[in-house]
Amino acid sequence: MRSSNFGIIPNISKSFETGLLLDIFRRICFSRYFDLGLINAANEKLVTSMVYLSLGQESISAALSKAIPEYLIFAQHRCHDTYLSFGGNPEKLRDELLCLPSGSSKGRAGSNCLQCFENNVSMFGHHGLIGENVPLGVGAALGSGKPVVCIFGDGAAEEDYVFSAMGFAVTHKLPVLFVCEDNNLSILTTVEVRRSWSVTNVAKALGMPGIDITDDPWTIYKKTQELKNNLPAFINIYTCRARWHVGTGVDNPPEWDRFKIVKDELNGLGLSDHIAKIEEEAKTSMEKLWDKKLLQKLSKK
Amino acid sequence: MGQKTVAETIKEITRKHLEENNGLLLGESISAVGWVNNTVPNCKGIVELPMTDVAGAGIAVGTALVNRRPIFVIRFQDFLILNGSPLIFFAAKIKELHGKCAPIFVRAIGAEGLGPVHSGVLHSIFMHFPGFRVCSPMTPAEYIEAWEDFIKHDDPMICSEHRTSYLNTAEMKNVLKKNADVTLYAISSARFEAIKAAELLEKEGIISNIVHIMWLKPFKITNGMTKPLHQSNLGLVIDSGYEIAGASRSIAYELNQATGCCVKALGLFDRTKCLCPELQNKTPDANRICETVKNMING
Repeated sequence: MRSSNFGIIPNISKSFETGLLLDIFRRICFSRYFDLGLINAANEKLVTSMVYLSLGQESISAALSKAIPEYLIFAQHRCHDTYLSFGGNPEKLRDELLCLPSGSSKGRAGSNCLQCFENNVSMFGHHGLIGENVPLGVGAALGSGKPVVCIFGDGAAEEDYVFSAMGFAVTHKLPVLFVCEDNNLSILTTVEVRRSWSVTNVAKALGMPGIDITDDPWTIYKKTQELKNNLPAFINIYTCRARWHVGTGVDNPPEWDRFKIVKDELNGLGLSDHIAKIEEEAKTSMEKLWDKKLLQKLSKK
Repeated sequence: MGQKTVAETIKEITRKHLEENNGLLLGESISAVGWVNNTVPNCKGIVELPMTDVAGAGIAVGTALVNRRPIFVIRFQDFLILNGSPLIFFAAKIKELHGKCAPIFVRAIGAEGLGPVHSGVLHSIFMHFPGFRVCSPMTPAEYIEAWEDFIKHDDPMICSEHRTSYLNTAEMKNVLKKNADVTLYAISSARFEAIKAAELLEKEGIISNIVHIMWLKPFKITNGMTKPLHQSNLGLVIDSGYEIAGASRSIAYELNQATGCCVKALGLFDRTKCLCPELQNKTPDANRICETVKNMING
């Protein structure tokens, strides 16, 4: 079931406007090159705090941020891409990882606890307890009446309080989109070792729409647009974590490389020049952000 | 509020908050069997949670994040063990981590004699973690003070109630006597027992001051606490929770450090509360307080 093309709507990208295609790609690049710069900085000991990289999974937030930009965001630990795609300031994220007062939480919270309350973004900080963001997000929807997206992993989805909160959202018909970034790993333990059941089936049994798809950004965008009119709803998205659970190392080669697949698709649509330019811009801006001398100055090393 | 009981005071505060301040009240089985000892009004803003301890607390904290200042009712304080996670790991941390707030008023209700998981008084656990304000009001005016403090600040509040207090209408002033032999510092329902104990001790010629402690955190040592202790030179802190690593020992230590006087602690024995009367391990009663004081005086 889990594969690089599971649930993809064939040729869906051809129905997208070029501007939307490129904007989603731009956000993917932005998150990707942020993390690549961070890896270099961490490997050179310029960043010494724990880091939870989004690398490999960034197409999900890139698509969501275009489909539901106005939602209150309750993400969890692997959320650099969520922060950046929805509009968080990359300098503040970098500074947070450097434990600086200019960080997104004044350097107090770190990689797995990001918040953002600027640029029309309302992203509530997470504190590291997986799945805690789900009841919090449901409560925020109950209290505010505003739409909420709760983003969590396949491990967090197993927390009992996640199900309970999802059920509460159904009972009260709350406007919450539950998104599971299913990288198949709880640290290194795969789903099939941990459980024999499907979170999507549980969501459906609770009484909400639930779908399984893979991390094709165009499909995610399309399905999100459909489900946002029928909340609460659940999307399980198969994706690949490219690096360690925490830290910059590599466990195994990812099952698929979504970034390459997306680029190939955009090339096939005749957008080669555009995507090359976008990728180069992202790379250049992130190289500046993670410039070694700048980091040494900032962290006084 | 004059002659209102504590229960009536809670109900009135709650009604005003829900009807006039866009507040919320969340809890399990709120409307069942007497509306939580008749402390909850039947009005808008009440959210019946499913029996989902942990998630329920998280949902309540979520409403605090969007400024609904929820009242979260825990019918029995033992249930705080499950419900504590979102309170401890999120509500209490958000201010220091993110500069935001999750002001939630937790009505944690204590009781006696209801067995192993319905009789606990757990405020000491929440004194341990940074980020909470913790109090244990036992009178109508104290409850109003606690609520006003919650509204004034943006911290999560653990309000350690006790069913023993619900019908109380009287305020409880400190009792300071000349030539007192001991100063009793009493917390939660132990305050009612401390008053009885002082009367019993006086019959035996032992004079007691009584200092009522409502605020557990922040706990500020005042002249009103130290002056009688300097005079009696002997103190006893009595609490309805467990003694080991509990409020009684913590406050006894602080009073000892502040005054140099001998201050001991008296709380529950280190054993499980059982249902049968002889093993209920209740709040130290007047007799136990008297025995403890006499042992202290006799060295």
